[in-house]
Amino acid sequence: MMRRTARLLWVGWLVHLKMLMRSAFNFWLGVVYPLFFASAAFLMFRSGDDPKPLLYASLGAAVMGIWGATSTSAGAALARERWLGTLELLVTAPAHFALILLPVTIAMATIGVYSMVATLIWGRLVFGIELHVADSLAFALAVPATVASIGALGFLLAVAFVRFRQAWALGNMLEYPVWLVSGFLVPLALFPDWVRPISWALAPTWGIGAIRGAALGGAPFGDIALALLLGGVYTAAGILLLERALRAARVKASLALS
Amino acid sequence: MGVDSGWACRPGNVDHYSCPMNVVEAIDLRRTYRTTTGSFRRRSLEVEAVRGVSFSIAEGELFGLLGPNGAGKTTTIKMLITLLIPTSGEARVLGRDVVQDARWVRERIGYVFGGERGLYERLSAFDNLRYFAELYGVEPKRQRPRIDELLELVGLRGREQERVEGYSRGMRQRLHIARGLLHDPPVVFLDEPTIGVDPVGARELRATIASLTDAGKTVLLTTHYMFEADALCDRIAVIANGEIVAQGTPQELKAGVADGSVVEVEVFGVEERSLELVRGLAGVRAVAVEDRDQKQLLVVQTEPGLELTHAILSQLDGVSVGRVSSREPTLEDAYVALVTAA
Repeated sequence: MMRRTARLLWVGWLVHLKMLMRSAFNFWLGVVYPLFFASAAFLMFRSGDDPKPLLYASLGAAVMGIWGATSTSAGAALARERWLGTLELLVTAPAHFALILLPVTIAMATIGVYSMVATLIWGRLVFGIELHVADSLAFALAVPATVASIGALGFLLAVAFVRFRQAWALGNMLEYPVWLVSGFLVPLALFPDWVRPISWALAPTWGIGAIRGAALGGAPFGDIALALLLGGVYTAAGILLLERALRAARVKASLALS
Repeated sequence: MGVDSGWACRPGNVDHYSCPMNVVEAIDLRRTYRTTTGSFRRRSLEVEAVRGVSFSIAEGELFGLLGPNGAGKTTTIKMLITLLIPTSGEARVLGRDVVQDARWVRERIGYVFGGERGLYERLSAFDNLRYFAELYGVEPKRQRPRIDELLELVGLRGREQERVEGYSRGMRQRLHIARGLLHDPPVVFLDEPTIGVDPVGARELRATIASLTDAGKTVLLTTHYMFEADALCDRIAVIANGEIVAQGTPQELKAGVADGSVVEVEVFGVEERSLELVRGLAGVRAVAVEDRDQKQLLVVQTEPGLELTHAILSQLDGVSVGRVSSREPTLEDAYVALVTAA
């Protein structure tokens, strides 16, 4: 059973990643678009001789790419399936729908790794920012943990779409607020106290904390664990909500275009 | 490698609906949609798409659900394949309730619909089939041979590595059928599978559909092509305005109008006013108009023993008339009579 589930997740991730990589729109969204944000961030942080703020901004901008790719496309993931006419086929498949949907959003977050790499290369070539990683093992763990937890947050957004057709706009709406309160570019200490609990509830906060901790020197493993824990919580909440959302969709007949 | 249907007439299973041989049963199925109209003053409306539909399909039977657009065919099929929850009534597949045992039912049914959609365009046919094989629980070691078998069956062998976006409509439709059969389901639902496919492609598809019952599958086919239903189906239910208006073998349905005759008149630009006059003639059962390029074909079904050709022509005063002929009624005439009367 476990093997079968793992295989289903793996094949789903692979197939959807393949489709996303063949899309010119996703290339633009994943590689070119984040470079504008990254450039703005580099220009803002380029002061003094200390290279650390620039690397801080570079990593923040890189993770922004992962979140940007997920938030804009996860909400629309089911809208795309509906337009393709495949949504009903996925729902009537015997596999649990959560196991079908989760790899879709994780594939979207994985596409964000493109933008992470593109941002780091852009920073190196145009702004001369060297990436020195203090703890390579932690960095190698922090990146997939961040991708998985952001993918899980995307999964929760996609579940909302099962119930509410207009939920695709939710992802776009949340893109900027989440990267702002997750501390991608601005340290959390600068925000009012009431923002903190919101930041703590967001996996990207711990993901970027883990990546920065691993690259700049710090204690990243606690952040990695919290990012994964929150990813697990999002996934569990998504699975619980999904059953209800699917039943409601079957009652309201909202799965198909016609 | 097909799933064990797990369905057999066990003592506890026997009731007046399910045994001994009914694989699909719809019992007084109803489905209502709520919709809204207007932008500023929104009003909620209830549309009754299916209104008390009942039928059953025996094991190995090819059953046709025939009706015009909007008659309730697709809504009925969507309730049977667990996509929609009925507003009331019951539906069972292989003896199991489609609402309570949705997952069990899904493992044992295949669903194929017509049209261009329902496939991943940027993937090859092989990748599409491999992905759905995984979703339908086909054993990994059986996936490759099963996909090869199906590609052979639907005539796509050799084209499976091409992206679907380059496929013709007929090829897509054949790929749909292969997808629906991946897990070798005992029951297959085909929702207008030949719609929009060219005549040669449609003929090939019909041959594939016919072969499904030869392989022991039970098939529910919805269509609005009369000749297709006539050629393929063991039994047909005609649905109109959400209700079944007739049920039987194609021969039985034809027999319902066999005692009459049909007058066909080629006309050019006939108006509704003239049609109403023809409909008003004593002895006229049904009137239909088919567009044929620049002209139309007026098809008038009449009571037996009456010669109404002159009376019909006299009601078409001022309309250009071409060839006039009379013939025996067909299944299409039976269908038109049933749907018109509904």
